[in-house]
Amino acid sequence: MKPEELKYAKSHEWIKLGDEAVVGVSDYAQHEMGDVVFVELPKVGQKAEKEKQCAVVESVKSAFDILSPVSGTITAVNEAVAADPALLNQSPLDEGWLFKIKPENPADAETLLTWEQYQVFIKQA
Amino acid sequence: MAEHELRRTVLNETERKAGGKMVDFHGWELPMEFTGIVKEHEAVRKSAGIFDVSHMGQVFVTGPDAFNLLQHLNANDLKKATPGKGVYSHLINEKGGLVDDIIAFCLSMDRYLVVVNAATADKDFAWIKKHSEHMSVTVENKSDEYSILAVQGPNVPLMMETFAPEALPLPRFGIVEKDIHGRHCFISRTGYTGEDGFEITCPNDIAVQLWNEMLELGKPYNIIPCGLGARDTLRLEAGYLLYGQDVDDDHSTYEANYGWVVCLDKGDFIGRNILAEQKANGVKRKLTGIVLSERGIPRQGCRIFHEGKEVGTFNSATYSPTLKKGIGMGYVTPPLKPGTLVEVEIRGRRVKGEVVRTPFHKGGAFSKVLYTGKDK
Repeated sequence: MKPEELKYAKSHEWIKLGDEAVVGVSDYAQHEMGDVVFVELPKVGQKAEKEKQCAVVESVKSAFDILSPVSGTITAVNEAVAADPALLNQSPLDEGWLFKIKPENPADAETLLTWEQYQVFIKQA
Repeated sequence: MAEHELRRTVLNETERKAGGKMVDFHGWELPMEFTGIVKEHEAVRKSAGIFDVSHMGQVFVTGPDAFNLLQHLNANDLKKATPGKGVYSHLINEKGGLVDDIIAFCLSMDRYLVVVNAATADKDFAWIKKHSEHMSVTVENKSDEYSILAVQGPNVPLMMETFAPEALPLPRFGIVEKDIHGRHCFISRTGYTGEDGFEITCPNDIAVQLWNEMLELGKPYNIIPCGLGARDTLRLEAGYLLYGQDVDDDHSTYEANYGWVVCLDKGDFIGRNILAEQKANGVKRKLTGIVLSERGIPRQGCRIFHEGKEVGTFNSATYSPTLKKGIGMGYVTPPLKPGTLVEVEIRGRRVKGEVVRTPFHKGGAFSKVLYTGKDK
């Protein structure tokens, strides 16, 4: 996926918006986390709430809560990244995606950052 | 925010340029990682890695009573440290707890180099100094004058073939003094990784030059710079203690399951009576190694359960890049035997594990036969 076509949360998740949105961790964040060695994914069918924890990514050093950028229902999870967490480092925007979600509130997307805004945001961080 | 000034080793700038992600480690600014903890960890297990451990301290004990003083302060028998050899030991307080875990190198019968932990260097120096009164001995803290480069991994002895052939015949914990670039250095066959390797203690002014030289020399052997992250996963796999996290003034050598360090029959030393009592009656809690059999990464503070009952928490725990499993060490009350099934609570979820004997991974440092040079 092209980073410019994605939206970003301030907690460093990316989301490809759509009827079935795709969520992952930004390249910046995976780099800051270091080697990812464990990924805990939500269950398909589970409800996720905007800005609430719905997955966990762990590097050797620490655990990071993954917050859902929007509210909705989980429709798919990436079993490949659970089996091989290093995918998240190698391919954060493609093979390392985490879950798919059916958004329930279009307004949720309004507070998300564009690629340009996210670039500015991480420079300030 | 007014931050306290972090101490820096002389390699700080070199490490930043090499891509080191700097962190605050007990008041020292040191690299957490350069190219990734797992990659650095694997380099040390399979080829070679170099660490800056200059934050560690050097206390020199010299004079006719040097041996007597150290023998009085240590649980281990300093007689094992004949000239050119070191001994891993614990400095014990009156309660049987650890002042620090150290290596005491005998340079000559009246001259010892004691390598101490960074966070405890001042405390150790004061402790040793205090007990040196009325003894014919000089105690000097030279921690600010020396740097240490730890060059670790199975390929490292091959690197030494040209650089320091006199270091190759050294046994584990052996030490040799050598002038490098006109400066007086110490090379010891020691490390905190569980692999074979050497630690080069050098005056600060040649540390950067030596660091670059080691990287150059190690190129054919796939050496890479390594940070604190890999250092921690490597030492934990090797079952080595981290002072302040696994042991401290309130935990004893026996409780830490390091009974092999204690030589009760060597004569009196500080804390001996308490340790003798613990040896005779056993200890109530014991630092216990646990390997997880299910997925999950344990962390410091995770609670340990046996038959549904909480029996302890992890002091150190991490993902083991070698075993590709979660591992940890924590004090368990009462002690459990290897093979016992336990559960560890990770973010509210109970994950299955098993008590094991440490080390979790037996690397080259535990090998009886070390490389001593090409057959001549």
